[in-house]
Amino acid sequence: MKIFTNLISELSQTNSNLKKTNLLSNYFLQETDELNKLWVIALLIGKKPPRTVNTTLLRQWCAEEADIPLWLFEQNYHIVGDLAETIALILPISVSNYDLKLHECITLIQSLKNKTEPEKKEFVLDIWRNLDDDQIWIFNKLITGGFRIGVSKNIVIQSLAQAMNVEKNAIAHHLMGDWSPNKTTWSILFNFDHGSADISKPYPFYLAHAISENDLQSLVADEWTAEWKWDGIRGQLIRRNGEIFLWSRGEELITDKFPEFEQVDLGEHDFVIDGEIIGWKDDKPLDFQSLQTRIGRKNITKKIQHDTPVKIIAYDLLELDNNDIRKLPFEERRSLLEKIVTVNNHSMIILSPQLDFKDSQTLFEWRAKSREVGAEGLMLKKKNGAYHTGRKSGEMWKWKVNPYTIDAVLIYAQRGHGRRASLFSDFTFALWEGDKLMPFAKAYSGLTDEEMKEITNFVKNNTIQTFGPVSSVKIELVFELAFEGVALSSRHKAGVAVRFPRILRWRKDKNVKEANQLDDLKKLLK
Amino acid sequence: MADLLVFTDKGIYCPQADVYIDPWKPVNKALITHAHSDHARSGHKQYLATLDSVPVLKHRLGSFIKIQGLAYGENITINQVQISFHPAGHVIGSAQIRLAYKGEIWVASGDYKVENDGLSGQFQPVKCHSFITESTFGLPSFKWKPQEQVYQEINDWWQINKDLGRTSIISAYSLGKAQRILNNLNTDVGPIYAHAAIENTNEVLRNQGFNIQASPKIENSGKSDKYKGAMIVAPPSAIGSAWTKKFGDYEEAIVSGWMNVRGIKRRRNAERGFVLSDHADWPGLNSAIKETGAQQIFVTHGYTEIFAQWLCEQGYDAKAVKTAFTGDEEVDLNTETV
Repeated sequence: MKIFTNLISELSQTNSNLKKTNLLSNYFLQETDELNKLWVIALLIGKKPPRTVNTTLLRQWCAEEADIPLWLFEQNYHIVGDLAETIALILPISVSNYDLKLHECITLIQSLKNKTEPEKKEFVLDIWRNLDDDQIWIFNKLITGGFRIGVSKNIVIQSLAQAMNVEKNAIAHHLMGDWSPNKTTWSILFNFDHGSADISKPYPFYLAHAISENDLQSLVADEWTAEWKWDGIRGQLIRRNGEIFLWSRGEELITDKFPEFEQVDLGEHDFVIDGEIIGWKDDKPLDFQSLQTRIGRKNITKKIQHDTPVKIIAYDLLELDNNDIRKLPFEERRSLLEKIVTVNNHSMIILSPQLDFKDSQTLFEWRAKSREVGAEGLMLKKKNGAYHTGRKSGEMWKWKVNPYTIDAVLIYAQRGHGRRASLFSDFTFALWEGDKLMPFAKAYSGLTDEEMKEITNFVKNNTIQTFGPVSSVKIELVFELAFEGVALSSRHKAGVAVRFPRILRWRKDKNVKEANQLDDLKKLLK
Repeated sequence: MADLLVFTDKGIYCPQADVYIDPWKPVNKALITHAHSDHARSGHKQYLATLDSVPVLKHRLGSFIKIQGLAYGENITINQVQISFHPAGHVIGSAQIRLAYKGEIWVASGDYKVENDGLSGQFQPVKCHSFITESTFGLPSFKWKPQEQVYQEINDWWQINKDLGRTSIISAYSLGKAQRILNNLNTDVGPIYAHAAIENTNEVLRNQGFNIQASPKIENSGKSDKYKGAMIVAPPSAIGSAWTKKFGDYEEAIVSGWMNVRGIKRRRNAERGFVLSDHADWPGLNSAIKETGAQQIFVTHGYTEIFAQWLCEQGYDAKAVKTAFTGDEEVDLNTETV
């Protein structure tokens, strides 16, 4: 635990990705315990060990141990923003008496699963009393099951590539899927022999940056293709040895959420298709909300399947009959994709239509039609581009439609969590309904730190009432909000809900009377 | 009997003596707890402060201000109200202000810390009936390590940077934190320099007789090798600005109580954060309040609502009051104009 704690503290002491990569790669070279290394990888790329102790209990035990009331713990937690850290900071100061290995600690935590509550409490308190602050933080992170500390998956991949002297893409591929240190070993996970890999394993997704004005102007139309950018769940549909696997971009296996895909076949072919899973009815996409009914459910009933039918819109072909074709030019991958999809025509798979264009003017026209067809913009792909790993510029761009905007009044503010704990950063906005302001959206992002400081001062001096962490403020500030869409909602008092609201800019030039009406928003419903 | 001190939109006011404590709007007579900008503002007709803070107040507000200085513990009586200043341990010259009238005693603490930093004086608990406290770090998660340990961490960090041929830059506001750090740097490691804003304040303090570590001003020139391995103490406004370019390869650290929270550290983009504050931590606030013996507590800034509720549960008659104090080291540093 000490080595791991030091590693984490060193990693969090630098903002440089290069230093982080070197620190990690040195760790991978020096650490001899392979199980420890597997856990370090798993934790850093976001594989949580299952939670064995309810966090409500952890809060109670910590408050008891520090001799403070629970409400005070909760208030403090709200300001610190991270449960593991809050507990570590609030507990009485202790020193390190125990020397546990990382994987031993995780095993102990996992073995709590079938223990009684008093047994769990005894174990947790004993650890809290016998580790130093920093190690308690790590222990708490392990037991609460989240480990985000500013080390991206890409850094982990790069550092492993460096330590093992293997190509980055190979590492990325081997880290895909739902492996666990409990069920694998170092030599199995990193077996680079072809054909031995887990047959469910997806490829790392190739992601696009937003196109800039310059890149758009310098596009040579002949060398590029355009498609709609659909608003569903990006995924990979895999068929290997006749078995179907459906993965989301978040690397979750979601085959059971979409049982419709289980019988998909394209002749006798095995394949890996990159596409968009999307609600689809009467030859039209359904809005994103419709997919939410799938994701949260344990059982996907016949009724759900009937009410929100789904399809996959196929963008790309990454593997055909066990051949990794990601390095082929897009044009060639696309024609293979067209061939297997059209020849074997399966009702669950729609080929992503390609949009004809001869210059950037036609592209603008296509893009303007996005909302009409239910898309959120365009994807531009270079004909000779390979299928890369991760987010890369140059051979693929996304070009989203401009968001909707509306001017709204700030009515509530709340202190931020974690990174923004000392600032008011979470805001509720309202629109006019007659002479009343109706709250309709919360927004967190879009302001600079400077603006947030300014607003924080405003809130401190203009608070009318506080409700726990929330302050209602004097009606004075107007902001332009951007959002992606509007839908009817019975859960919102305003009767409508906006998608992805964020702050576009502070309209210091406007007074509250000039903010929009709720009706203006409702007019966008269609 | 009416309250000896009341809270008005100009500041904390004593009607009997017709004086304000740390007012944020111009008044006739202002008692000043300490020279930070959220407590000592310009525009008052008369100032009353500790002798130790008079020179810095003049330096910051202008030598023309009309100001009277009192020694710690010395009494002055205004319309039967006995007024005295007592060490608050926050920064050099900082004080709690005690007001007594017909047996009723009130103390306004300004900002304070209970740990003795060797420059700001030892915080002195003053018995009173009503105590006005800050609560900048009024949450149980704020517990400071002994300061020696933090100084050691800072010196170790400096040594490592020096061995790598790097310059170390530490951000600290120019009255208080800067001197505290300067005086605890290990001069064996390497040379020490300060930003002009800090060194100007240092000179004022040295002229008063305070012993502050020598720290030549950074020269207004281009990139230079002479700062390699050196320690630079600079105000937060200089950090991350073009000013730091002249140091070549360097690492920056922020020294603040807020560095106790990882999220804040990340937001402020600190490569290194050292947890050292000029405010009382949770145990410090609680012990200070207990030692006053006061029954009535007013919480002026920081986590006022939360802290007041906690105090009520401990049996005090505590209220949160709204003031223009920030007590927030971050705000304090950013609004600093010296």
